[in-house]
Amino acid sequence: MDQLLNDFSPGLFFMQAIILLILIFLLGKFAWKPILKSLDDREEGIKDALEAAKKAREEMENLQADNEKMLAEARAERDVMLKEAREIKDKMIADAKEAASAQGAAILEQAKAEIESEKRSALAELKTQVASLSLEIAQKVVKDELSDNAKQMKQVEKMLDEVTLN
Amino acid sequence: MVGVKKTIRFFIMLIAFSTAFLGWSNEETGHHSKEDNGAIDDPVEVNEYIKHHLKDSHYFTFYSSGDHHYGFALPVIIWTSNGLKTFMASEFHHDENGEVIVEKGDVKLAMIHGKIYELEEGASEVEFNEEHHPHNAHTVLDFSITKSVVGMLLAAILLFLGFGALAKGYKKGPIPTGFARVLEPLVIYVRDEIARPNIGEKKYKRFMPYLLTVFFFIWILNLVGLTPLGFNVTGQIAVTFCLALFTFFITQFVGNKDYWKHIFWMPGVPWPMKIILAPIEVLGMFTKPFSLMIRLFANMTAGHFVVMSLIALMILLKNQFGAVGSTSISLILALFISVIEILVAFLQAFIFTMLSALFIGAAVEEHDHH
Repeated sequence: MDQLLNDFSPGLFFMQAIILLILIFLLGKFAWKPILKSLDDREEGIKDALEAAKKAREEMENLQADNEKMLAEARAERDVMLKEAREIKDKMIADAKEAASAQGAAILEQAKAEIESEKRSALAELKTQVASLSLEIAQKVVKDELSDNAKQMKQVEKMLDEVTLN
Repeated sequence: MVGVKKTIRFFIMLIAFSTAFLGWSNEETGHHSKEDNGAIDDPVEVNEYIKHHLKDSHYFTFYSSGDHHYGFALPVIIWTSNGLKTFMASEFHHDENGEVIVEKGDVKLAMIHGKIYELEEGASEVEFNEEHHPHNAHTVLDFSITKSVVGMLLAAILLFLGFGALAKGYKKGPIPTGFARVLEPLVIYVRDEIARPNIGEKKYKRFMPYLLTVFFFIWILNLVGLTPLGFNVTGQIAVTFCLALFTFFITQFVGNKDYWKHIFWMPGVPWPMKIILAPIEVLGMFTKPFSLMIRLFANMTAGHFVVMSLIALMILLKNQFGAVGSTSISLILALFISVIEILVAFLQAFIFTMLSALFIGAAVEEHDHH
């Protein structure tokens, strides 16, 4: 211990303190600070790059999932549209059939009504003709009665034969 | 990157050239000189030599042969009773025994065992007492650019070159190139293995400059200590004391309410225990940085001691095993320990920084209320 204390040089201690202080200050300013900053920057850069890559991958995956989702949606929509179209088609056919049969029935009805009315008018005309014919016959009968009885009878019979009811 | 390579090469060249041109020799009688021309070849001399080399020095010696020292003297800056004095250490002519008296104005100075003493008024030469302590001289405040200071400046320059280049490299792109690629993982290591787990994700940033500086400073100094340049900076108690003191002050200044509460009035224990625990915790405040100081100092000093001792085996075992035998034994053992020392150099820097982070982390921790 005595030897140690004897060897201790205050002057060397002083010089060492000065040199170390200057060294810490100068190296800190011109070496350690820029070195550590560059290291930090570089590590930060690497970290950022890795994170960006991870993010990009995630986005890619998201995009893919989105695509698949959209595809599925589109497929479903197409199916729905097809189904709707089929339904519309069926409905249109059914409607057309219905309309056609209704119209047919209406035409038939009209035709029946026309026939009826024609028949009625024909009967009416027949009636008038029969009446006028009867009147003529009666006229002639009356005229002939005044001339010849026998002949008159014959006439009437003849005329009656002529008139046939159809 | 090419710039850093060039600069490093430049410094290596500079050191090599300075060795060649600044080498000087000293013809004065050194204290190692005996009748065997100053050769260090017995255990006592080896022990003294190693101890001498573990100490800080005012000379930068690359090689010495007997009394010839190749290297250069470093500037001396001292605060004496008569004010600031500056001169080159070469004026002491490598004397370590207080025999050469350097007069600067009114003060007489002598170098004794690596320390500079100022002679008392009226004394003309150093007188020693029985314990070989000078009794008519006192030490001065020594702010000299000693070998350790040179080591620290070298480490500071290396830190600036290396991490300055790394910082600049990021301006070109996010990934560093060349040598900076080696430095970057080390910075990340300190951040992710030392600061973050011990201080916490939210608060670690504030302490990064200190922890990084201390880690690389200690590591480089430890490594420089393993080179043949012979620095032993982290083996100087003053240096480790200063480092530990920094951690101590940071810990105390950033300590939050909980930290102080846990020291003086430990929550969750009965009150008699609180009274017993308080002095223990207060003591703990000081023992923690103290252990930091001693650990680094002792590990590095011991490492140097062992490596140098194993190298000395080459000389000491020469008689028993012959020149080749002792050299190979010494080489193998020294190589083995040096490899371990390289590991220890990192380990001690790591432990110092790790524990500093741990202490700081404990001081800023947010406690759940028990």
